[in-house]
Amino acid sequence: MQNGNTAHIWKLLNTIPDPEIPAISIVELGVIRDVTFSDKSYTILITPTYSGCPAVKTFTDDIKECLKENGVRNFKLKLIYSPAWTTDWMTDKTKEKLRKYGIAPPSNTVRCPQCNSKNVEILSEFGATACKSMCRCSNCLEPFEFFKCI
Amino acid sequence: MNSLIQYTLRIADSSLILGQRMSQWCSNGPTLEEDIAMSNIALDLFGQANGFYEYAAQLDGSRSADELAFKRNEREFFNHQLSEQENGNFGTTTVRNFLHDAFNFLFYTELASSKDETLAALSAKSLKEVKYHLRHSSNWLIRLGDGTQESNMKVQESLNFLWQYTGELFEMDEIDNEMLDEGAGVDNNKLRKGWDEIINSTIEKAKLTRPVDGYMANGSKKGIHTEHLGFLLAEMQFLPRAYPDAKW
Repeated sequence: MQNGNTAHIWKLLNTIPDPEIPAISIVELGVIRDVTFSDKSYTILITPTYSGCPAVKTFTDDIKECLKENGVRNFKLKLIYSPAWTTDWMTDKTKEKLRKYGIAPPSNTVRCPQCNSKNVEILSEFGATACKSMCRCSNCLEPFEFFKCI
Repeated sequence: MNSLIQYTLRIADSSLILGQRMSQWCSNGPTLEEDIAMSNIALDLFGQANGFYEYAAQLDGSRSADELAFKRNEREFFNHQLSEQENGNFGTTTVRNFLHDAFNFLFYTELASSKDETLAALSAKSLKEVKYHLRHSSNWLIRLGDGTQESNMKVQESLNFLWQYTGELFEMDEIDNEMLDEGAGVDNNKLRKGWDEIINSTIEKAKLTRPVDGYMANGSKKGIHTEHLGFLLAEMQFLPRAYPDAKW
């Protein structure tokens, strides 16, 4: 366990759900930038989505708990700001998970996650979390959240 | 104190103080959406401030980011006087933030190519958020200015009043010049043109009149503030000062 198996660490991290959008993991969200091993210790580089996102504190604690529970004790977390987090890092698979969860994934064209209509209106650029805005579908009339592109 | 710490603190202080002002809107917004928007903006600003404070603390070596935010007095704060101005009505807040957001947008755009890697990274990060802030405050300025007679009158009054705090944004002192010479800081004078363009075009769309430059307040780079900062700090710093070991 303590021999520098970074793939194993990635696997463990991928089991940690995003505290605010549990449909995807923090790895899928793109906040884990790298996992390295040197001097008998892992370094996990993390980056915030938004500067003030309160989820950062939560997922930092979640990472510590998850690794300790799985017997990994020789690690440190490092917060980095460059390159700045971008929704471009999300894979199509992750975006599809968001859509199924009811959140319109980041895209230049906002589509209703329920009926796939492009006939939508943005109600507010700011939503329940820093990364989302509030929308309504003019076709099926359902309100939904849109994951902002940054 | 070395110039880099001082320079970093100035940026952090403006974000923190404007963030504190925005947080005062939480639960008092004119609509639920706006309440959420203003709280979100406050959170962004606190996050940006935290990044810069952490860097200042690391350079300083003796004080933590929390100590920098909560254990300094009024005369040791270097935020722009514009950022500490009271919220007033929703229009006053809109105008204050618009003037500040336009400056921040240009400032972070420039600082993102600083030779100081940390300042550059924090600026590139902040810039993404400030773009949203500027769009938000510009849209509201246009809606209010080009709204009813009363909303137009109110934002025009706020604009006339707050104008005196815009001169300071472009000032350069010895610290700014030293940072600029090292390729790490921004030439604030050069931001004036871009700022004028944003201000003029938005003011025109909002059917407002650009105030004539008159008396311009200054002094924040030396810790001189308007009366409002002391009250803001008293509220913001009360808990960590009264209960130094408090955890939450």
